[in-house]
Amino acid sequence: MYERKAFLALADGTVYHGTAFGHIGESGGEVVFNTGMTGYQEVLTDPSYKGQMVTMTCPEIGNTGINPDDVESSRPWVEGFIVREAWRLPSNWRHVESLDGYLRRYHICGISGIDTRALTRRLRDGGSQAGIISSVDFEEKRLVEKAKGLPPIVGRDLVREVTSNRETRWESGDWDLVKGYLPAAEYRSRFGRVPKVIAVDYGIKQNILRMLVSHGMEVTLVPSETSASAILARRPDGVFLSNGPGDPEGVPYAIDNVRELLGKVPIFGICLGHQIMGLALGGKTFKLLFGHHGLNQPVKDLATGRVEITSQNHNFSVDAPSLGDLARITHVNLNDRTVEGLSVPSLRCFSVQYHPEASPGPHDSRYLFSRFYRVLIGEEEL
Amino acid sequence: MPKRTDIRKILLIGSGPIIIGQACEFDYSGTQACKALKEEGYTVVLVNSNPATIMTDTDFADRTYIEPITPEMVTKIIDRERPDALLPTIGGQTGLNIAVSLHEMGVLKEYGVELIGANFDAIQKAEDRDLFRKAMEKLGLVVPRSGYIRSLEEALEVIPQIGYPAIIRPSFTLGGTGAGIAYNKEEYEDAVRWALDASPKRTVLIEQSVIGWKEFELEVMRDLKDNVVIICSIENLDPMGVHTGDSITVAPAQTLTDKEYQLMRNAAIAIIREIGVDTGGSNIQFAVHPDTGEMVIIEMNPRVSRSSALASKATGFPIAKIAAKLAVGYTLDEIPNDITRETPASFEPTIDYVVTKIPRFTFEKFPQTEDVLGTQMKSVGEVMAIGRTFKESLQKALRSLEIDVYGFDPVLPPVSSDIRKNAIAENLRRPNSQRLLYIGEAIREGFRIEEINGMTGIDIWFLENIRQIIAEEESLKNWGDRFRALAGGGEIAREETAPLLRAKSMGFSDRRLAGLFGTTEDSVREFRLRAGIRPGFKRVDTCGAEFEAYTPYLYSSYDEENEAMPSSRKKVVILGGGPNRIGQGIEFDYCCVHGAFALQEEGFETIMVNCNPETVSTDYDTSDRLYFEPLTKEDVLAIIEEEKPEGVIVQFGGQTPLKLAIPLQKEGVPIIGTSPDSIDRAEDRERFKDLLDLLKLRQPPNGIARSAEEAETIASRIGYPVLLRPSYVLGGRAMEIVHDEEGLRKYLAQAVQASEEKPVLIDKFLEDAIEIDVDAIADGETVVIGGVMEHIEEAGVHSGDSACSLPPHSISLEITQEIIRQAKVLATELKVVGLMNMQFAVQKGEIFLLEVNPRASRTVPFVSKAIGIPLAKLAAKVMVGRKLTDLGFTEYIVPEHISVKEAVFPFIKFPDVDTLLGPEMKSTGEVMGIDVKFGRAFAKAQIAAGMMLPKEGKVFVSVRDADKSGVLGPARMLNECGFRIAATGGTADFLTRHNIPAEPILKINEGRPHVADLIKNGEIDLVINTPLGAQSKADSYYIRRTALIYNIPYVTTLAAAKAVAHAILHLTEEDLSVRSLQEYHGARERQARDRAQDGGTGR
Repeated sequence: MYERKAFLALADGTVYHGTAFGHIGESGGEVVFNTGMTGYQEVLTDPSYKGQMVTMTCPEIGNTGINPDDVESSRPWVEGFIVREAWRLPSNWRHVESLDGYLRRYHICGISGIDTRALTRRLRDGGSQAGIISSVDFEEKRLVEKAKGLPPIVGRDLVREVTSNRETRWESGDWDLVKGYLPAAEYRSRFGRVPKVIAVDYGIKQNILRMLVSHGMEVTLVPSETSASAILARRPDGVFLSNGPGDPEGVPYAIDNVRELLGKVPIFGICLGHQIMGLALGGKTFKLLFGHHGLNQPVKDLATGRVEITSQNHNFSVDAPSLGDLARITHVNLNDRTVEGLSVPSLRCFSVQYHPEASPGPHDSRYLFSRFYRVLIGEEEL
Repeated sequence: MPKRTDIRKILLIGSGPIIIGQACEFDYSGTQACKALKEEGYTVVLVNSNPATIMTDTDFADRTYIEPITPEMVTKIIDRERPDALLPTIGGQTGLNIAVSLHEMGVLKEYGVELIGANFDAIQKAEDRDLFRKAMEKLGLVVPRSGYIRSLEEALEVIPQIGYPAIIRPSFTLGGTGAGIAYNKEEYEDAVRWALDASPKRTVLIEQSVIGWKEFELEVMRDLKDNVVIICSIENLDPMGVHTGDSITVAPAQTLTDKEYQLMRNAAIAIIREIGVDTGGSNIQFAVHPDTGEMVIIEMNPRVSRSSALASKATGFPIAKIAAKLAVGYTLDEIPNDITRETPASFEPTIDYVVTKIPRFTFEKFPQTEDVLGTQMKSVGEVMAIGRTFKESLQKALRSLEIDVYGFDPVLPPVSSDIRKNAIAENLRRPNSQRLLYIGEAIREGFRIEEINGMTGIDIWFLENIRQIIAEEESLKNWGDRFRALAGGGEIAREETAPLLRAKSMGFSDRRLAGLFGTTEDSVREFRLRAGIRPGFKRVDTCGAEFEAYTPYLYSSYDEENEAMPSSRKKVVILGGGPNRIGQGIEFDYCCVHGAFALQEEGFETIMVNCNPETVSTDYDTSDRLYFEPLTKEDVLAIIEEEKPEGVIVQFGGQTPLKLAIPLQKEGVPIIGTSPDSIDRAEDRERFKDLLDLLKLRQPPNGIARSAEEAETIASRIGYPVLLRPSYVLGGRAMEIVHDEEGLRKYLAQAVQASEEKPVLIDKFLEDAIEIDVDAIADGETVVIGGVMEHIEEAGVHSGDSACSLPPHSISLEITQEIIRQAKVLATELKVVGLMNMQFAVQKGEIFLLEVNPRASRTVPFVSKAIGIPLAKLAAKVMVGRKLTDLGFTEYIVPEHISVKEAVFPFIKFPDVDTLLGPEMKSTGEVMGIDVKFGRAFAKAQIAAGMMLPKEGKVFVSVRDADKSGVLGPARMLNECGFRIAATGGTADFLTRHNIPAEPILKINEGRPHVADLIKNGEIDLVINTPLGAQSKADSYYIRRTALIYNIPYVTTLAAAKAVAHAILHLTEEDLSVRSLQEYHGARERQARDRAQDGGTGR
């Protein structure tokens, strides 16, 4: 088999030599590692990875190929994909395409055959950093310079690049092995009341929409810059703040909008939506050394003492002391004690840093969608 | 929640002897549980009949009962100890079954003993297939269509709804005993009869076959707060139809998308909750249709299992230890992760490598049975290998097996393509122990992977990996010329060596590469080192490097970074025993573990190397550093080069490391303890002969044959019968006694060919001799006898298969003393530093030396338990320079109590295999019986080995003429105990003539009802049957096999008959009592003290 070489250069000067897959060319971004052992297709299509290149710690990637269902948006968003072994001949009854072919189709550069564990350890100890994958330029020094020249993620508005540009109604629910995604109509009959939710799209993962629908809500997706008044004009029963890429401080307009919405309507936020909520409430956020990207993060629900195994993907975190009395911390990460959830009962708003919609990852936290539903129909107070 | 304070004393039940389906993984889990509970301040009471376990060392429990694991005996222990709680989930199926019996008998209620971990209802729900099916249906989960039957009639009623092929599975068994597949009515009826028989409760599940579906397992843990985590997903390379214990398995699962995996995870969580396992680990098995993704639940084990041991080793998450802590009330988030220290155990390990397990089979030991795999487990051990990719881990696993395979070695001779294709197709379609290698051959022969997938059901992903390995082999062969040119000398440019680096990172061994390049392993190695291609070591850390790992649990790979970070402490490497197999089992792991403990006490850093995931030695807690690596010269040298230890111990792990002694020494590795040269003097028959001549010790007349003609000459010189064996073997592999020239020719033609490189050893076989085993320890100055054991069975039965008694129960003191003298002379001459084992035969008062092994032996744990002295620990200490006098072990101890060891056999798992014992070892494990009287100790050993000695009923006696007078004693004894005697014609006449009333019954070929009918009808309670001549062996074979299948106690030697009669006499006279090891040895220590005070000199 013909193999083309590729280099990965980091801003700190480290260069890894590997083999190219996917697109032949060059791309850059912040390099982060993801520890999930399943769900690379969901990772690729998660808009939160805009601006980032992902290395999977699990070494065998691409085994199940690419299928039409396991997508979190309409296309892959990662800037580059870094794996130990990229599988070209997939084996799974649902696959329609190989990982390699898919990345080529979307012009995404991949590199395989490098010591991804060494890379991960470097990122863990030194923090996330900029990197360049190239299968066209093999001048190591030049590549490192290019990596150094990449724009930083802090303060940057990446949301603008991934949000939808128009309003849409979301019409499908949860996934079934035999039937695929169930239509929204299937759920409407199951629930007595179907509250209307406006979901603000900062780069939303489709499974959040599917979860909202399958938990009894009617969902309309609006672009990230939609103003608070425009949202309220639609007379929603609740507002959902989505996940998204980058630094929450890079989207001041979103923080302003949320501040305006607080107290007027129940709000539920996930990931970036949670960070924006934290900032809107008056708290602060900070950048984690290398973020949380994986499917095995233990989060404790402080109200029940139960531990949820959660799916996570974030680089920034809400600073606990900055919240003071502004909000109640409801969930904490048991690995590093960072804030994983907050709520303000008087404002009928709550949010979590992790991904209860999973996809990929454990389904332990789906109860949060039910909680949102009950808050919306007035059956539960936070 | 903090730990419970309302319970103080906890009873643990071990899993008993090593058998197929229940091996040393339960010593690993039990040892962890003991440690965890003691650490928390609980008083631990342990019962286990297996002396070769670490858990039964007196340090691990407060009260250690080496007693038969039967409800009756455990009740006696409960009565004595009054525990507050019983943890039933760490002792395999045995532990669980006993807990169920104790509950059903009302014992637990009577004594107020609480089941912790899993309660009775949960155990029932998981184990009873009908209840399990109902529970799954309640959850909306699919189980294969099935029906639950108690008779053949019921079986015929349910089959129309289920359809063929059907799986026939008995309830309450382990290792898949009695489970079978039937494709038609005839096979179905046979299988049902067998299964009804194999189920202790005579309940059988008939199931829709899901043969060919993909098989997965999840290891699940739950705590009292209902937190549930998945520790590991495992995918079986072999699809459904091959028992998971016999399947090649891979972690993590490789061919599931997240959506599919989460469906499985959700199901697993729902199942553990519905079944109601309160705390601890469970194993859940799934089958997935390869074309539709349809998922069915196969089964759940509500306890730690073989798979959980594998999952623990595969992830670094200690399931049994955590399970024990959860059982006493902790929650997952309260328990720290040992490896990362900072993060809690309430998470799901993620792994950044691929783990492959391959089972180890020993079909060569049972030539009468076919090498076919099915739903009944047949493997006796397993290896695990870790690699950065599946290809690397698979090839490392292959060479870990120690079956003289170093990768995808060819298995077919270079015959015509048609013949090869036929052989390949046959071996692909029918699962067997060599199938993996045949896949390699199929690819070489041009089979497409889709075809192979069609024939095997093995997923394309795995097959494509193998195809890539074989394709790489082809290009490496082509590169061979370049290799030889470069190896010639001179500078080697880095670009030039890229193909070699690439091959190494795909897991190719130097040895396999040598085969492909047409050179030697050493020249590949030499070239590789010159080119600077060395492996690095990576850590198993549970978290994919997200957090720093504090536990040095390492594996090699050819990725860039090396995380070994060896310390500068003084250190010793201990080489483990590799996969369990018949002849080399848990006993050797026991010694390795003791070596590690002892040297830690001596201030050394201890480094373990092993590839067996079932063992205590591969617990990251056992040594300071653990290398989970194949035990080949190449892999071991890489570790030694990295660590640069002061010493390497090869004498604990059995033949595996011993074989490496000389090759390692040649590379300059410091082997400590007895020198490799001394080992060779004992192992090499010619040098051994010189040694004996020098010491004027006798051995049976013998010779070494390098050709068939030479063999005949030697045999006729020394006289038949002769014992034949290949040189350098353990466990009596291919050992046989032949009585005449015809037998000799047959052996040389079929079993072993004598050649210049592989000579055959011929010894005069000593008939009717008593065999004596001696274990000794020496420090180069002092030699101390650890134990002298008298075998129950006469010489000719492999020592590993023979029962034995410590101290000897029949030989004279003079003989014992002479044997001890000889042992000491030998140890002194061989300059033994460490352990030594010797085997003697005593024939008509004369002593013959059979064998000397200057290394740890199979009996070391047994002797250590019998005398209360940790021999292996002392041995490790003397190897690093300590003296026995300093260590306080200077005298041979003869305990007041009698210890009897009995072997346990796997015959039931292998259809068509005779149960006769011979010079080739066949047992998988052992038990120990201890009492103050021989008869009682023997009875305990028999009961512990599963031989339910009757106290009344009918004995069937059929012995060869030579044994007739000998059987009078036991027959009379049994008759006097109230047994009725039944015998075949000749034996019946003989007994009656000697005033022992015996009712004649028909032989198999004499009409009906014959003896087998009576056995099947439950009219016979004990069978005494010694083999007749070769011809009529086949007739008596049927009797023995029937007794085996119907679980009727049977003995096949006169010596055993005598001992059994003796034991039964004791059983009828007095009930067995129980006593802990601490009490036995405490008493001895007290007596020693008393004697010292009296001014006595001891023995």
